[in-house]
Amino acid sequence: MIEIENITKRYGESTVVDDVSLTIAPRTVTVVVGTSGSGKTTLLRMVNRLVEPTSGAIRLDGEDNRALPGYELRRRIGYAIQGHGLFPHRTVAENIATVPTLLGWARARIEAKVEELLSLFQLDPASFGPRFPHELSGGQQQRVGVARALAAEPKVLLMDEPFGALDPIIRAKAQDDLLAIQKHFQTTIILVTHDMEEAFHLADRIAVMDKGKVVQYATPAEMLLKPATPFVESLIGAGERPYRLLAIAPVSSAVEPGAAEGAPISSAASQREALAELLWSGRDALPVAGPDGAVIGKVSLEGLAKRAAGPA
Amino acid sequence: MRELRLDKLGAIIAALALGGAFIAPFATFRANRIVAGEVKSVLDALPAGWSAVLLGIVVCAVAVAAVRSPAVLRLVAAFVALATLALGIGVAATHLTPEGNTYARVSPASGFWIMLFAFGLLAADALTRLRPAPFVRVVVLVAVLGFIGILLLSGSWDGLSILKEYASRVDTFWAEARKHVTLALGSLVAATTVGIPLGVLCHRVTRLRDGLLGVLNAIQTIPSIALFGILIAPLGWIAVHVPGAAAVGIRGIGVAPAFVALFLYSLLPVVANTVVGLAGVPRDANDAARGIGMTDWQRLVGIEFPLAFPVILTGIRIVLVQNIGLATIAALIGGGGFGVFVFQGVGQTAMDLVLLGAVPTVVLAFAAAIVLDAVIEMASPNTRQAEAA
Repeated sequence: MIEIENITKRYGESTVVDDVSLTIAPRTVTVVVGTSGSGKTTLLRMVNRLVEPTSGAIRLDGEDNRALPGYELRRRIGYAIQGHGLFPHRTVAENIATVPTLLGWARARIEAKVEELLSLFQLDPASFGPRFPHELSGGQQQRVGVARALAAEPKVLLMDEPFGALDPIIRAKAQDDLLAIQKHFQTTIILVTHDMEEAFHLADRIAVMDKGKVVQYATPAEMLLKPATPFVESLIGAGERPYRLLAIAPVSSAVEPGAAEGAPISSAASQREALAELLWSGRDALPVAGPDGAVIGKVSLEGLAKRAAGPA
Repeated sequence: MRELRLDKLGAIIAALALGGAFIAPFATFRANRIVAGEVKSVLDALPAGWSAVLLGIVVCAVAVAAVRSPAVLRLVAAFVALATLALGIGVAATHLTPEGNTYARVSPASGFWIMLFAFGLLAADALTRLRPAPFVRVVVLVAVLGFIGILLLSGSWDGLSILKEYASRVDTFWAEARKHVTLALGSLVAATTVGIPLGVLCHRVTRLRDGLLGVLNAIQTIPSIALFGILIAPLGWIAVHVPGAAAVGIRGIGVAPAFVALFLYSLLPVVANTVVGLAGVPRDANDAARGIGMTDWQRLVGIEFPLAFPVILTGIRIVLVQNIGLATIAALIGGGGFGVFVFQGVGQTAMDLVLLGAVPTVVLAFAAAIVLDAVIEMASPNTRQAEAA
């Protein structure tokens, strides 16, 4: 649990973060979105005290984050940034081992952890461990950056536009990987981005920031159905709303009884994917296959159209 | 057969070498060390067999240089020619000196120097084209120095005037050599010890940076002789008024002002390169280092310093080469070093004595530059890339 309470940051005359309060549930992904200059990065950096707030308090599991010296606090919180920030003169394994080394772990434990993380991120430890960061592709560097952030098993992971430098295909893959890893480690993630698509894809809750204030803090569905301000509405994009609504719900919640022709779609796919498949194949309905592969019903164009409709 | 094409630089080298071999004199003979000498061509200076060999090798090397040939071949040609020159001048000395005459002096003349320059250029050019690894460059340096050492120890150069000057000054030569190296290295160590922390401080405190670099820049513009002069008064005052200062060797003239002056000249390159090096550390890496919980000290030692190291080393290289040269002037204020021979030689119009001071200085500076360049290349992350790949 992360409690951000009336946090404000001023630089001279300008207020960058203005009286923000958020409560973030443990083991969830919270995405902070906003235009550049909205104060989202500053807010994130106040959680691990890279930036000290002018006023207000932040508590992690009930404990004020000023109870520890800044550097000790930061060793307990994962931190991953855009452009990965890997140390160019250290190998991949040394980079990942940074925080465990700072914490004084035994060597065997560090080595085991590095190996575990590299395998988890689909990088062969024997081949990638001894390489230097510049010998990796952008996507691999980014994965190593996240692996380094997770090395000391932090409960909280802060990410500042971690996928900003990746091309769209690698980015989508990195996002899926992140969700899998979040489930694996049960980490609480706060992620900052300006990419709405990314926010809807990753978030349990989204906080929209504008001019230093949080203008809406809600689940993706709530935000789509009831945007708090015209700014939130424009950020979502009016033309995207029905598709985003379908994108955040799985096919399993739209299953209707009955049969349909053709190849089935997995119940784990998003409703948006189902809609795309329906439109593309020119059908009215698709059979739906459950996790075991057996057909459990159908999903229809008509049913999806109802689900995509906003509140009257 | 492939068409032979002219190499531009090689053609100039060839013209120089041929001029040096056939037009300019090879050696100078003087009845004693001060009188004007008479110059001898290659044919006169060497025994018949030797002059034929030398001219033959020069012509062959010139042929290799003039056309576009493989860099390895050019390098071999240059080294063979240089070695022949080195051996040849020794032979000329023995050949020209009358049996049992200890006053006569034989020294290299313009032709020798021109050929030395031409083939030195050929070697340097070939090495540049080959782009050898830093380690290889040091090995080449050691081999060349070893060859010169063997020539010196074997006595084949003993007939040369510069070594006759050396023979009559063996004790002082090594004492001055020690002083020279102590001055150059000592001031470098002092400047590094003070300069790197100052650079770190300048990097962290922007306002200090502009002021301090300005002052150091100003010091750099003071001519060295003037700086020695300026230092005489304060150091003299300290020697008289600070108890114990005179006992540790602080005086208005001598080693102390020379050391202080070299130290002051060394500060700018060290401080400036430290600042530039630290400023060049990627922002991302710095931000990440802070973000994952490094203390300022850990970040400095573990991240900033290693990444800035090659640039800082470049500063140290500049300082070392500069100090080896500048230390020569220390002799003017009684600081000792190779400069002693240079200034004595100038005073006595004995060119050989000047060379006895100048040649070791040049060799030292040159060797220091090559070794430190190699170290810099090995320390910079780009090379680690190549090795790891």
